[in-house]
Amino acid sequence: MPHLENVVLCRESQVSILQSLFGERHHFSFPSIFIYGHTASGKTYVTQTLLKTLELPHVFMNCVECFTSRLLLEQILNKLNHLRSSEGGCSTHITCETFNDFVRLFKQITKAESLKDQTVYIVLDKAEYLRDMEANLLPGFLRLQELTDRNVTVLFLSEIVWEKFRPNTGCFEPFVLYFPDYSIGNLQKILSHDHPPEYSADFYAAYINILLGVFYTVCRDLKELRHLAVLNFPKYCEPVVKGEANERDTRKLWRNIEPHLKRAMQTVYLREISSSQWEKVQKDDTDPAQLKGLSAYTHVELPYYSKFILIAAYLASYNPARTDKRFFLKHHGKIKKTSFLKKHEKITSLVTLQLLTLVGHDDQLDGPKYKCTVSLDFIRAIARTVNFDIIKYLYDFL
Amino acid sequence: MFHGFQFVKMSSRKSKSNNLIHAEYLSQVQRILRERFCHQSPHSNLFGVQVQYKHLIELLKRTAIHGESNSVLIIGPRGSGKTMLINHALKELMEVEEVSENVLQVHLNGLLQINDKIALKEITRQLNLENVVGDKVFGSFAENLSFLLEALKRGDRSSSCPVIFILDEFDLFAHHKNQTLLYNLFDISQSAQTPLAVIGLTCRLCLTEDRSVREVLQKHFNVSKNLRSLHMLLMLALNRVTTSHPFVTAADLMEANQLCSMDSKANIVHGLSVLEICLIIAMKHLNDIYEEEPFNFQMVYNEFQKFVQRKAHSVYNFEKPVVMKAFEHLQQLELIRPMERTSVNTQREYQLMKLLLDNTQIMNALQKYPNCPTDVRQWATSSLSWL
Repeated sequence: MPHLENVVLCRESQVSILQSLFGERHHFSFPSIFIYGHTASGKTYVTQTLLKTLELPHVFMNCVECFTSRLLLEQILNKLNHLRSSEGGCSTHITCETFNDFVRLFKQITKAESLKDQTVYIVLDKAEYLRDMEANLLPGFLRLQELTDRNVTVLFLSEIVWEKFRPNTGCFEPFVLYFPDYSIGNLQKILSHDHPPEYSADFYAAYINILLGVFYTVCRDLKELRHLAVLNFPKYCEPVVKGEANERDTRKLWRNIEPHLKRAMQTVYLREISSSQWEKVQKDDTDPAQLKGLSAYTHVELPYYSKFILIAAYLASYNPARTDKRFFLKHHGKIKKTSFLKKHEKITSLVTLQLLTLVGHDDQLDGPKYKCTVSLDFIRAIARTVNFDIIKYLYDFL
Repeated sequence: MFHGFQFVKMSSRKSKSNNLIHAEYLSQVQRILRERFCHQSPHSNLFGVQVQYKHLIELLKRTAIHGESNSVLIIGPRGSGKTMLINHALKELMEVEEVSENVLQVHLNGLLQINDKIALKEITRQLNLENVVGDKVFGSFAENLSFLLEALKRGDRSSSCPVIFILDEFDLFAHHKNQTLLYNLFDISQSAQTPLAVIGLTCRLCLTEDRSVREVLQKHFNVSKNLRSLHMLLMLALNRVTTSHPFVTAADLMEANQLCSMDSKANIVHGLSVLEICLIIAMKHLNDIYEEEPFNFQMVYNEFQKFVQRKAHSVYNFEKPVVMKAFEHLQQLELIRPMERTSVNTQREYQLMKLLLDNTQIMNALQKYPNCPTDVRQWATSSLSWL
């Protein structure tokens, strides 16, 4: 497949292993193949691309999307049904409640002319979620070829290693294939591949080099790096666009972009702000230090009484209830009816800022219960501003 | 047995068509071998289980021909040939003329019929009695089952067709509520209503939970050489056969062996970022100092800070949330695990965790880690900060 190499980069070895495992259309292959590797190492992409390019009959399922066995089994059968009757016509929706029915219906469907003499592939992506479904599903899929007596191969894609899947009493062992992580050279190659046409490849490659220099020690996830590359490229080009530098002034470009990338690591990388907010910041050229995080992490100025509600909520959330008497003589940890003005409004605003969250059901009879979700550092900062030594009142610090 | 494999004389003027024939024969060889390795087709000879086979076939014949009820439990580790044995025996049995006309087979599997209700439906289906049962409602399982077996009686009501029940993954049936199916099957086989043969296949040594046995088996599973792993190895070597490379060479087998025996956790560690490796090293030191006591994120962070604040370091002092994200990634990969279910009362940073890698695994993985900064590697070998 010559054009496959242009579409799938740095994965030649895995593609050739998979191709040789599949063999010719009518050949039998391993009943089950387990592919593992880090996220964004190309497992889903390579498998999908290969099956589509070779036009092998296959069904692609995501175990996060189909999180119950019924959803999973029904979707597989219905997709297979579509495959076999590819000449239009709306066929009836197949229902399937148990794995027993699945095996029976699967045998029926694969008797069709268009599916009879070739290997049918079932791909289960995010296969680690299978472990949380019904117990017979995973061992059943591992030996689907034997149970159905058909030419079918099941591929499992996961980032968790096989040893954590194996049931206690053993099972049919799949063939385990490892998708290695991309080396820094590979990452460079793949990221440089999507350079926009207006700029030269070298210019973009230099940018990717700087990006990797900042982020590589923290994150090697291709998807995240690609996202960051796309987001921050306009800022990198800014000096060139404004005419302050040309494409070869690497020092100037570097000095412009490096603090920006460091700032990105503390905000957009952590999902503290959304990417659209980040893009807006770049456009408006505001000082990145003024960014407000989604969770109001460092830049919130609360009203006086709200701070005390927050402190009380923190103590109530993290001190065991029985220790409250020890700390407080007059009132216990629960937020009781007091003469705080507009208490309910203040609590609601704290919930909006995501400093408190609602715990339990809405329809609890004795009022909603809340929990404080800020970290220790944050609450200490708040407590300091009201001269309250919170450490003295925390059980864990006794 | 190779079907249609012929030797072709290589003639120079017809070399192109010879190549095509060559490819076709190769394809056939691949097909046959793949069927044997992957699909376990029942042509194989029985090696090493002749005694068991003789015993089994005799028992089956006694049920099928003489109307005697019997039960057998075939126990063996996974891949030891239990299914193959029973399939072979049934094939031979069905070749006897008076048997093939009378005897019925019901194949059940513990993975498919996960409760007795489904099992009963499946039995009805396999005995082709769905129309006979129709919409009848039965008071109990026993009633239903005896109705089915009554229906199999011959016209003159003198005797009933023998039925052979094969229960694969037998231990799973033993876990059904009240074990109704098993109880009824054995009950009927005792009461001489219908000649029944109940054949169970299981890999469990005893049908009660034995944690220590399970743990030992799990540890040695990778090391033990069973037939299936041999098949896998040969299959991998077979994969490398193409028209340009028509024979399996020693190099192919060695590569196949390498593929088979990779250490998967080491592979995952290989793909971690430098920050994540540093966190693992910090956890290793905590384990060494506190003798495998569980730790929380704050402790790991403090240990990491001790390293980063040394004079010569190549790792940037990352902000705490960035370190937290790396820590959570390790949790997602299941390299660390919380000691108990996430409780509502503790914050993420203070939840107690356990590392699921041991020191040898960590040090081996570090050896292979690409471009590992020297001071990180040195830190791994010793946590003393007077360097």
